[in-house]
Amino acid sequence: MKIEGKKAIWSEYQKEIADDHYFYVRSCIRQNFFPGSEVAFLKIMREELNKDIYEHPCHTTCSGIGYHGDVVPVETAMTVVARQFAMMTEAGYRNYIPSCITSFGLYTEILETWHHFPEVEKRIREQLWKATKREFVVPENLAHASDVIYKFRKEIVAKGKYKLVNKNTGEPLKVVDHIGCHYAKMFPSKGIGGAEYPYVLAGMVEEWGGKVIDYPERRHCCGFGFRQYLIQANRGFSIACSKEKFESMQPFKPDMIITNCPGCPMFLDRWQYVINEMEGKRYGQDGEGIPVFTYEEVAGLILGYNPWDLGLQMHQTDCEPVLDKIGIEYDPEEKHNTSIYNKKVEVHSSVNV
Amino acid sequence: MENYHDLLMQDIRFEEGLNACMNCGVCTAICPAAEFYDYDPRQIVDIVQSGDNDEIEKLLKSDVIWYCGECMSCKTRCPRGNAPGLVIMALRGLSQDLGFFVESEKGRQQLAIKRTVGESILNTGYCVYLDGIKPDLHPEQGPNWEWIYKNRTALLARLGGNYKGDGPGILRKIPEEALEELKRIFEVTGGKKRYDKIEFYSRKKAEELNLEFDEGIDNEYFRHIYKTNNGSHTK
Repeated sequence: MKIEGKKAIWSEYQKEIADDHYFYVRSCIRQNFFPGSEVAFLKIMREELNKDIYEHPCHTTCSGIGYHGDVVPVETAMTVVARQFAMMTEAGYRNYIPSCITSFGLYTEILETWHHFPEVEKRIREQLWKATKREFVVPENLAHASDVIYKFRKEIVAKGKYKLVNKNTGEPLKVVDHIGCHYAKMFPSKGIGGAEYPYVLAGMVEEWGGKVIDYPERRHCCGFGFRQYLIQANRGFSIACSKEKFESMQPFKPDMIITNCPGCPMFLDRWQYVINEMEGKRYGQDGEGIPVFTYEEVAGLILGYNPWDLGLQMHQTDCEPVLDKIGIEYDPEEKHNTSIYNKKVEVHSSVNV
Repeated sequence: MENYHDLLMQDIRFEEGLNACMNCGVCTAICPAAEFYDYDPRQIVDIVQSGDNDEIEKLLKSDVIWYCGECMSCKTRCPRGNAPGLVIMALRGLSQDLGFFVESEKGRQQLAIKRTVGESILNTGYCVYLDGIKPDLHPEQGPNWEWIYKNRTALLARLGGNYKGDGPGILRKIPEEALEELKRIFEVTGGKKRYDKIEFYSRKKAEELNLEFDEGIDNEYFRHIYKTNNGSHTK
């Protein structure tokens, strides 16, 4: 096939991502389970890429987990989101960057609904005014935070200290990319590469020296399923989904998993621990688990950040096998030593003063 | 007897999610829930599309509509552009509005989601907040979570968080005025009404089942709905 033909086919799967001046909204789940990732994202944007990115202290949850847990009605979720858009509008921004995939999916769903049903948008505007006396302009550009890292993946590796390459063999690390369902399954045109061949994480991995693994259950849900994890009685569903993925990827001998969703890295990390407890089975090489990373953690490692500043000590499945393969320097004593933490915080504080 | 199809049509997601299903079953083939549960989204869409009021009422009172994980894989693959997942969301909304959700084991779990995620939204401004993710309620989080939970203040300071602090940042305290706005939004848009209905019908069901019912999560009815699995849901 001629290269022009390929470009034409892929053109509909490209996505416009703003270049600068972002309004950032946080993820409820990630703040609890991967706080270092959001910190790393802002550090990369501000200090490595010199971008303007703003966080409003009064923004809240988008209510997405409640919406998909079916306790929050659709018009309530829409109005909560409208309030977030009002925060962006009041702060003078137009480019909206959510940290969360559930949020990204909800924002996309709402903007599409308003596009097709303008009377719904009108009603939501009236409800927001009645409740808060706020008004809003819809974002000119909506992109997930992983879209932005994808956009600047070349700049990141150009500044990088490491690559996703085994230092002993020189071979690229074999990487499983796991995309959050609500990134593009609902609206394939809103994700880089669409829903069948999403490229947002694969593009990072390839640019950063790794090799992406294709395996049968690549697009299968991690198993969060909202109520299927939130309720203890339903968690069999959740772990069964993750197990199906592990069984499917294991023959391809992955070195690591990279994710862009709040829940996925937590479930893929924790369910490996539970499966090992229940069945004595591990899916990684040399009797280890398969380390699971967020894309910001991987970007941070490429840039040479301290793994314990990125929060890798919060993973249940140890990340050290990947650090060792790449040759990343780290102090094992620092991992769980909170007295060292306190000293570091004191140093940061004195520098900030 | 109310016409449930007409009521479903009032939900924008029903209008968005269902055009004309040709019953091909692609949604069921791709569905993670259909692999695990005794569940067939094709059949659900077929029943809803038929408009058979008795059959729709049975659905609204059944466990079946609560099996979906809302991953929306069905939306990607449907050749007609339908979204069975959105149809499910509309059915779940109606089941709660009519009080039918308490008639099934899985439906009754809605009180637990309201008491945890639902109340967290209004009380903290977050769907979940670290202090509530207690290790004894979450053994699947593993031993490292126990360490995280115990050392969360030092850990979040190390990682650059703003745990319970003012201003922007990780796990900051959401200002009271922002929480007040959320509460008003819930009052104006029907969110509070949904919460109240879940509480009202759950209390009635607890009386019927002769289980102690109280606020919070430390009561007999909450524990019952949170932990009970009669084992009849999977294939």
